Amino acid sequence: MTLPIFSVDRDPGPDFRALLNEYNINRPGEVSNLDTLDIRHGTTVLAIKTADGVVIAGDRRATEGNRIAYRSMEKVFAVDSHSAVAIAGAAGPAVEMVKVFQIQVSHYEKVEGSMLSLEGKANQLSQMMAAHLPLAMQGLVVVPLYAGYDLANKVGRIYSYDITGGRYEEYDYATNGSGGRDARSVIKMNYEENLATDGAIKIALKALADAADEDSATGGVDALRKIYPIVAKVTQDGYYRLADSEIEDFINA
Amino acid sequence: MSMPYYVSPEQVMKDRAEYAQKGIARGRSLIGMICSDGVLLAAENPSKSLYKIGEIHDRIAFAGVGKFNEFDQLRVAGIRHADIKGYTYSREDVDARSLANLYAQYLGQVFTHEMKPLEIEVLVAKLGFKEEPSQLFQISYDGTVVDKDNFVILGGDAQQLIERANDALTDQYPISEAIIKAIDILQGPDRTLSSDDLEVAVLQDRGQPRTFFRYDHAKIREIIDR
Repeated sequence: MTLPIFSVDRDPGPDFRALLNEYNINRPGEVSNLDTLDIRHGTTVLAIKTADGVVIAGDRRATEGNRIAYRSMEKVFAVDSHSAVAIAGAAGPAVEMVKVFQIQVSHYEKVEGSMLSLEGKANQLSQMMAAHLPLAMQGLVVVPLYAGYDLANKVGRIYSYDITGGRYEEYDYATNGSGGRDARSVIKMNYEENLATDGAIKIALKALADAADEDSATGGVDALRKIYPIVAKVTQDGYYRLADSEIEDFINA
Repeated sequence: MSMPYYVSPEQVMKDRAEYAQKGIARGRSLIGMICSDGVLLAAENPSKSLYKIGEIHDRIAFAGVGKFNEFDQLRVAGIRHADIKGYTYSREDVDARSLANLYAQYLGQVFTHEMKPLEIEVLVAKLGFKEEPSQLFQISYDGTVVDKDNFVILGGDAQQLIERANDALTDQYPISEAIIKAIDILQGPDRTLSSDDLEVAVLQDRGQPRTFFRYDHAKIREIIDR
């Protein structure tokens, strides 16, 4: 590889995806005769707004059709110091989208010398969703939830997406995936404005437990294998993923 | 038919080198230092937004002196190279040596083939990991690469600063101490630099993948006053 220097009219600027296109990396081909039941799927994720920011969580199960494909799947990822994304849907393309999104955000920050605003990052993800639409139409549906702490306005924010790249800001909570509806009703029953972070974590765990109870594609707490849901909080102090021992304490409390 | 003037290659190279050196000498200096707990980069820079030091990747930093637009283009190219490499392979496969070689290749190419050489010198700093030591790569306007395991000085009156640094730096210091030494070396005995004239950044392990941190002026002031 030579040094990536471009003429002024072809310079991709701080856009990492445009850069990948310049090098013809990662151009998806046509998919045909795809049986989506053979594809690994991630299931339930959620985000709840709190007084200090947001709580974002997800179960650990991945399924292929009616089989459990993976028991310790990670569906919640830090995007940068103050935001996180949780994914449901076709696991392969979803994890890939998160990877490009993470690089895109830090790439911008390094090239430009300043961080993108939370809304700017949310819009980036929206454009990635729009670019993914052809694959989604063929069955590889990916649905992310994006949540973070808006440093400029000092509030937590949650964004949900549809497959066309539609971006919707949620003002209280959001859920996604096959167990999303069950999780949603638990949160709805317990949610109130200005929740303390610890309270929101308890609700999140309860919601995931209920989703696992009702939905076969959602994994519950696996005490035998010591596999716990992933729970993270984003506050002014940044992204923090709870350790398994902390989650255990919440469950036993 | 008129004959073109003959100019010997020696003369061409000499003229170009002189031209580049003059351009670089106009700028202010920069020091890169390997410390016991990281890598320190400090520069004299009165601008608050046109940085000479920048982050390339998790454990790699860039610094340049000379013409801003010329070295800034290389900084951005470095970030692109590193991010593409980290994406296609793995983040741990991004290495400073190969980036330094790419810079050398590019600078050498421009120096021999273009009318005007680049009036810059750049530094690629790598923070060591486990058994691997930290390293500094200095790349000159003509593509010469030198790797150092103690300190590197680029820019204006480099020769004078190197003498000062040779006297002042006899060991590896912790970053907090190295900053004071770096400022002393940059300002010399006859001047006092204020925090507003300085740009300071470090590569330091803090339990996160990204190790690059820029010190703001308030923090630099606090260190100077201590």
